[in-house]
Amino acid sequence: MKNYKTKIISNQEISPGYFRMKILAPGFGENAHAGQFVMFRVQRSLPPLLRRPFGIFRTGFLPADCDGLPPTEFVELVYKVVGSGTSIMAELHEGDKVELLGPLGNGFDCTSRKGEKILVGGGIGLVPLYMLAGELVANGCKVRLLMGGRTRDDILAVTEFERLGVETYISTDDGSLGEAGLVTQVLERKLQKYPETEVFTCGPMPMLAAVHDICVKYKTPLQVSLEESMACGVGACLGCVVKGAGHTEEKPSYLCSCKVGPVFKSQYLDWSALGKKDNDCGGCA
Amino acid sequence: MSELKKEIVKRPDMSVEIAGIQLRNPVMPASGTFGYGEEYTPFIDMEKIGAIVTKGLSLKPKAGNPTPRIAETVSGMLNAIGLQNVGIDAFIQHKMPFLRTVNTPVIANFFGNTLEEYGEVAKRLNDIPEIAAGELNISCPNVKQGGIVFGTDPKAASEVVALVRKNLQKPLIVKLTPNVTDITVVARAVEEAGADAIACINTLTGMSVDVNTRKPRIANMTGGLSGPAIRPVAVRMVHQVVQTVSVPVIGIGGIMKAMDALEFLIVGAKAVQVGTANFVDPTAMISIIEGIEEFLVEEGIDDIHDLIGSLKF
Repeated sequence: MKNYKTKIISNQEISPGYFRMKILAPGFGENAHAGQFVMFRVQRSLPPLLRRPFGIFRTGFLPADCDGLPPTEFVELVYKVVGSGTSIMAELHEGDKVELLGPLGNGFDCTSRKGEKILVGGGIGLVPLYMLAGELVANGCKVRLLMGGRTRDDILAVTEFERLGVETYISTDDGSLGEAGLVTQVLERKLQKYPETEVFTCGPMPMLAAVHDICVKYKTPLQVSLEESMACGVGACLGCVVKGAGHTEEKPSYLCSCKVGPVFKSQYLDWSALGKKDNDCGGCA
Repeated sequence: MSELKKEIVKRPDMSVEIAGIQLRNPVMPASGTFGYGEEYTPFIDMEKIGAIVTKGLSLKPKAGNPTPRIAETVSGMLNAIGLQNVGIDAFIQHKMPFLRTVNTPVIANFFGNTLEEYGEVAKRLNDIPEIAAGELNISCPNVKQGGIVFGTDPKAASEVVALVRKNLQKPLIVKLTPNVTDITVVARAVEEAGADAIACINTLTGMSVDVNTRKPRIANMTGGLSGPAIRPVAVRMVHQVVQTVSVPVIGIGGIMKAMDALEFLIVGAKAVQVGTANFVDPTAMISIIEGIEEFLVEEGIDDIHDLIGSLKF
């Protein structure tokens, strides 16, 4: 983990309100795992004051150019414009100076190679699942991705997921793409059909809570990536804590989502508290 | 500055002494923004900063407040963490081994829920030789017991400082709250009760509402405001306290860059603490130290003491 004072390679709108930003980051990829995040500093002036957390979409190298210079390493973020910080980000261009702290946190545990894997992503929650899908496929796992969103605009990077060799299933609330309805209905059908499965999810909190309930019902292991607002991203501010399983007034358990998470095995979380939260922070880890 | 000029210019003396502790420079983190130090080792050299100040420690571990605990506001942030900390025993067992390896003074910030607990934690700090000083927190706005209850009443402040002074065999820094009508009254009270130095200010109590949900943006309803938004208030209060007491004052409040730190030094703070800036940029303190040094060089000042308290009025 490192603080990169670097610059933007490209910043493009890929779907209404969704952008992908490539940032120059030499050496970033070798330490980055699926599900980790970065703290991104939009600009050196105020506002905004605090950095914003974003899940890592992927890392890679730009092809070497004809000058014979070595390939350029980048990290790519995908974000949704939801507030003042992301609105400023959307206006940034190639060459603009930015700061990036990362890779941070604990990502997905993809060491288990047995069974099949189902990934459930809602809207911007699809972002960290791309690197995960890549790692799982590389491990030789069969991967199914259930993509959910309000409309077709929220279904991101379908072609890229498919290119990895992932089977995709799309559902939208308004039926504008794929099946009309919730992604969790699809999950339930898949778990009936493929009982020996591990599930990984990221997305809005009501969806995560529903995925958790279904996985409990089918006794399926689940890893969940949370989005919490945070100030530091390194475990110092203690602003991003979530309640752990077994949390009580007398024996409280608060876990830093930046340091212990952002990915948790779902049985370690207190879902009675989490399920009540609503979040839509536009790509935060 | 050109490389050549850098070579001929003598580096200014940045070292200061606070309550008998020698600091290589006057810049240290504010408690609660730097964890227990180790969290920031990937980003900064701990032996470049003046001191390390720990998260507030209590006798027993403390879980802290419900979430959400933080919210960004205009040029600042509200927090109501609620003094979550590992407790003094776990601190000694798990956090001191790292802190022992660092050749930088460690200041332990601490608090109690009751007067007795304040006294007990102070005693426990005596068992840790590598702790250079204690910083007594009587100013946290986010917990029901302890903290600000002691910091807003000069009599209560005097009582807790006197007890801690008796129990603590190390230099004692007392951290004050700005949430009072007249900070000089409390400053004078804690000086008389035996404080070796005063740190100010802690956060200003604030509140922010989400207009869509009509709920407070942090679960505790109110929180402590920090960041650049509070700096002018902090500079004013540090100035007032410097004019009132004769013990050294550590200035805190919205310092983001060297120029901000210089304001505090000029009004008479002997050292400064950097808080919210650590969240924004984990290398902030290093830039601030370098910036202060550069300013001294450009102004032709070879000892930082010639800058401290040099306010013209």
